[in-house]
Amino acid sequence: MSTDLELGAPGVAATFDLAAAWTLHPQVAVRPERFGALLYHFGTRTLSFLKSPQLLSVVQQLADQPSARAACLAAGIAPADLPAYQQALTRLADSDMIQPRKPAASST
Amino acid sequence: MSATLPLVEQFQYGLDAPICLTWELTYACNLACVHCLSSSGRRDPDELSTAECKAVIDELERMQVFYVNIGGGEPTVRPDFWELLDYAGQHHVGVKFSTNGIKIDQRAARRLAANDYVDVQLSLDGATAEVNDAVRGAGSYDTALRAMTNLAEAGFTGFKISVVITRHNVSQLDEFKQLADRFDAQLRLTRLRPAGRGADTWSELHPSQAQQRQLYDWLVGHGEQVLTGDSFFHLAAFDGNALPGLNLCGAGRVVCLIDPVGDVYACPFAIHENFLAGNVRAEGGFSQVWRGSELFAELRRPQTGGACNSCSAFDACRGGCMAAKFFTGLPLDGPDPECVKGHGERALAGLDQAASPKPSLDHSHRGRAAVPLTIGRRAPGTISPPPDVRPPVSACAQSPLAGLTS
Repeated sequence: MSTDLELGAPGVAATFDLAAAWTLHPQVAVRPERFGALLYHFGTRTLSFLKSPQLLSVVQQLADQPSARAACLAAGIAPADLPAYQQALTRLADSDMIQPRKPAASST
Repeated sequence: MSATLPLVEQFQYGLDAPICLTWELTYACNLACVHCLSSSGRRDPDELSTAECKAVIDELERMQVFYVNIGGGEPTVRPDFWELLDYAGQHHVGVKFSTNGIKIDQRAARRLAANDYVDVQLSLDGATAEVNDAVRGAGSYDTALRAMTNLAEAGFTGFKISVVITRHNVSQLDEFKQLADRFDAQLRLTRLRPAGRGADTWSELHPSQAQQRQLYDWLVGHGEQVLTGDSFFHLAAFDGNALPGLNLCGAGRVVCLIDPVGDVYACPFAIHENFLAGNVRAEGGFSQVWRGSELFAELRRPQTGGACNSCSAFDACRGGCMAAKFFTGLPLDGPDPECVKGHGERALAGLDQAASPKPSLDHSHRGRAAVPLTIGRRAPGTISPPPDVRPPVSACAQSPLAGLTS
């Protein structure tokens, strides 16, 4: 036995739709840490890291916001920083940590 | 946005709970492998009861330790093993357990295949019975292969085949990979440590310098397809290229070991009183040990490179493995015994090997020798790297914020 930190393999990068509604995968658990958070997917048994508290805040807002862009803005992300967060969310989507969600009826 | 430190820097100072921890459920084992990290064989009469194990699982759930690596000994010989496995799943603690396969019959394989919270890791130290059984004992290759067949037939895909790399099997890397592919399993290679009975056999079994280079090239060539338990970070000093995963000693910072009697050690390769942080039976349980132990606080302070400070590779390998240094008698702030620059070999040459620290515990079977080493030294095999060698991905490059400029 060993000290495994077997990280999720990066998938093929696809364009992440900031206008779509997203949510955390139901089999993913989140553990906040000083640097951000750990995510663990019980289905794929992979671990991922959120390297900043801001990104954690974005991920936590996803389910309650009509779009990923709205979640970023609600988490206080400056519009100029959106591309970086889009990239981060792309990786989370590729590793199944987050998944598309049907938008709420009240969404714009 | 504000600049974030690389994860390696963050992890140096420790986390509120381990990311994953190793839990050895029993020292009992049907085998007597010559390199056993925990000198297992006989059950310890003081091992944690079923109720105590469940209390540990409750605590891991509260601390959000998402999964544990269960080992031993041979964990499946505990009569309550399956009960504990189910209990962990019900409490959202995933389990990956290491086994030699002795109890993985068709019925067990079907049960495992139906459990989403369980991953299985079969130990195999040779791609052929000859090489494997010389280290793990007669018949152990067939036992492991039978277990793999049962798992595959039950539809359990992606189980791990875990290999400790020795100078006798390093020429079989391609065969191991083929074996894993045949079972739709994943290959996992880990480093031989001079811990437990391995302290006595390490000098005969550890790969040569030339074999370490071969291994490194092979690992770089296979990238993410092959797991390593992040155990080869001392090889990062080759070319200064990190291997996939976290290239850092995680002892007491992100990992630790709970042994069968509840003792908590800094890492699975350091079962010695010098690395004992506390016991889960004490007031406050495991979380108190993790958060309050003086030893762990010490390990989480910035470490100095000591003799390695002036080395150009120090940022890559960070001085290597603490346990490997300790049990070979080397200073903890000096080079790893398998330092790829050769500093460890030179340091070892000047040491009295007999004076090296010995493991504090020994549960080896009495009156029964560990498997005798009978294999002679063989010429290292030749392995050509695959044509599409791609640069390794660092731990940080795998994180969601990789490439994010500050």
